Amino acid sequence: MNFVVCVKQTPDTAELPKISAAEAVSGDIKATLVLNPWDEFAVEEGLLLEDRFGGDVTVVTVGPEKATEALKDAIARGVKSAILLDDPAFAGSDAWGTAAILAAAIKKNGPADVILTGKMSVDGNSGLVAPGLARKLGATLLTQVTKIVDISGGKITVERMLEEGRETITVSLPAVVSVSKEINEPRYPSFMGIRKAAKAAIPVWKLGDLGLSAGAVGTGAAKANWTDVRKPPARSSQVVMVKEATVDATAAKLADLLMAEKVI
Amino acid sequence: MSILVYIEQFDGKAAPVSWEVLGKARTLVDQLGGKLAAVVIGAGVEGVAKEAVSYGADVVHLVEDPSLAAFRIDPYAAVVEDLVKTHSPKIVLFPATARSRDLSAVVACDLDAGLAADCSDLSLVDGGLAAVRPVFSGNLLTTVRFNGPLAVASVRARSFPTPEANPGRAGEIVKSGPVAPTTGIREEIKSFEATATGEVSLTDAKIIVSGGRGVAKDPELGFKLIKELTDTLGGAMGASRAAVDAGYIAYKHQVGQTGKVVRPDLYIAAGISGAIQHLAGMGNAKIIVAINKDAEAPIFSVANYGVVGDLYEVVPALNAEFKKRLG
Ligand SMILES: Cc1cc2nc3c(=O)[nH]c(=O)nc-3n(C[C@H](O)[C@H](O)[C@H](O)COP(=O)(O)OP(=O)(O)OC[C@H]3O[C@@H](n4cnc5c(N)ncnc54)[C@H](O)[C@@H]3O)c2cc1C
Ligand SMILES: Nc1ncnc2c1ncn2[C@@H]1O[C@H](COP(=O)(O)O)[C@@H](O)[C@H]1O
Repeated sequence: MNFVVCVKQTPDTAELPKISAAEAVSGDIKATLVLNPWDEFAVEEGLLLEDRFGGDVTVVTVGPEKATEALKDAIARGVKSAILLDDPAFAGSDAWGTAAILAAAIKKNGPADVILTGKMSVDGNSGLVAPGLARKLGATLLTQVTKIVDISGGKITVERMLEEGRETITVSLPAVVSVSKEINEPRYPSFMGIRKAAKAAIPVWKLGDLGLSAGAVGTGAAKANWTDVRKPPARSSQVVMVKEATVDATAAKLADLLMAEKVI
Repeated sequence: MSILVYIEQFDGKAAPVSWEVLGKARTLVDQLGGKLAAVVIGAGVEGVAKEAVSYGADVVHLVEDPSLAAFRIDPYAAVVEDLVKTHSPKIVLFPATARSRDLSAVVACDLDAGLAADCSDLSLVDGGLAAVRPVFSGNLLTTVRFNGPLAVASVRARSFPTPEANPGRAGEIVKSGPVAPTTGIREEIKSFEATATGEVSLTDAKIIVSGGRGVAKDPELGFKLIKELTDTLGGAMGASRAAVDAGYIAYKHQVGQTGKVVRPDLYIAAGISGAIQHLAGMGNAKIIVAINKDAEAPIFSVANYGVVGDLYEVVPALNAEFKKRLG
């Protein structure tokens, strides 16, 4: 069985508020970059599937050279092989462009049965790479997956959490599975793993290696473009502290204020 | 048609956000010209199609078949893609629920159209869609513009008001059947276990009362008191990640960057410090009330009203007060 985990390097969530619009536009982010927190669950699930069903896990990312650190984080957790997809022509790709690059790499790497992704990236916040990838690969799409029940007979059965409840669904392989955080408890990188990762030689595949044309990816191919990136308007509120002689009086005062706001 | 809106229904009931999107689309079509179309897919969902007319659609494509009773991506996407190819709308809008988000992505990708996910505002600039969406986990906003003839967007719940329904409104309902084969569908739903009925969903809630690690002393009592206030106010119950991770409450209640993004009129945070990952989920609430025993807690810097005190005393006092007023 072949498993592929798609990961992205993203800013540390604690530093997100410091990122300026200019940094977001240029992509030259000063914040500490880490493995996208949602992708920790995808990496963990890849390792668990390897244990349960046998096979190999490969971790891939589309990103600049420094994104190698995200791949090394996955190696430090136990993934054995990794590929960096890096080419100047990839810059400025929208979700469909990123999906096209990943799809080409997955095909080149050999047929994959299950492709795992995180729920979304904490920077782009789109959650579109998984559906894009499923369509480009002709694979079935499964999002919000909270449990992989079984993989057998060319099919995968999972549980998904939807607004109205929990669905159990069986689909044919190959499948792109975007995981939710309920699916597992990600392990931490191990000491041995970190040493292995430091020494790992990670192949870099470029546009030509993937058989893609420059016009199919990158800024030129993007169908959706970010314009006017800005800080959201600050909450204009100055907090009103409510304090009366007793807790009951405080509650009564607060209730008055909220009724006056017409939110109740 | 100039705009097509996908109406999500489950068990014959429309997701409320569908009407919010349709209402906004109505105002856009009134500027853009052309017709506002809606599409309703399922089995026995004519009632939803009629509702779509009452909420502002000029034409509703009602696509019914027993094989379409439950949402599955391939047959549903085939219907929407067929409508887009036949009628060439400029804009297709979806609610940003789990299923419709997937559907929007598949349709846009198949048609090679740009997609803006989880939008919080929509407008027209030079006759084209300008879609505002939060990025960097709510720390930045961007306006998405589109290349190509079709723009697709999914819209978060409570971004727009629910329009007034007008049951007397005239509109055309066009009935048809599936466009893809009804057998051999590669997705097979084995079972569905519905969550407790009568529970208000966090994303649709007008009022949310949330608890955090501040309930640690007696989590069971803490969340019982929070639930009582939630019920009195007719709202939904939320929680911080710390409360979820500690096992005080289920993950589905988590608000924040790795939980749900909510937009209520009123958000009451009890025993929550106000970490940025929590604010990423509730920072767009209209009114925020913080109840915390630490006057220095960061939550007070985003709150409209604050009470420094013990949640085990303040929450029940507030509940008693509202019980009196709301009867
Ligand atoms: C990648 C990542 C993603 C994350 N995603 C989320 C997310 O989605 N949602 C989320 O919430 N967090 C998230 N976090 C965690 C976040 O950083 C905080 O750790 C978390 O929000 C803290 O929860 P809390 O406010 O309940 O706990 P604490 O920070 O421990 O605060 C508890 C508060 O309760 C107060 N208190 C204690 N006792 C009482 C009492 N009796 N009465 C009144 N007040 C009392 C204290 O003064 C304190 O302010 C994430 C973190 C990371 C790194
Ligand atoms: N540049 C990338 N390289 C590899 N995988 C990615 C990349 N961007 C996004 N993904 C995957 O797609 C998921 C959703 O990201 P997004 O669609 O950007 O919100 C992430 O959690 C990753 O698993």
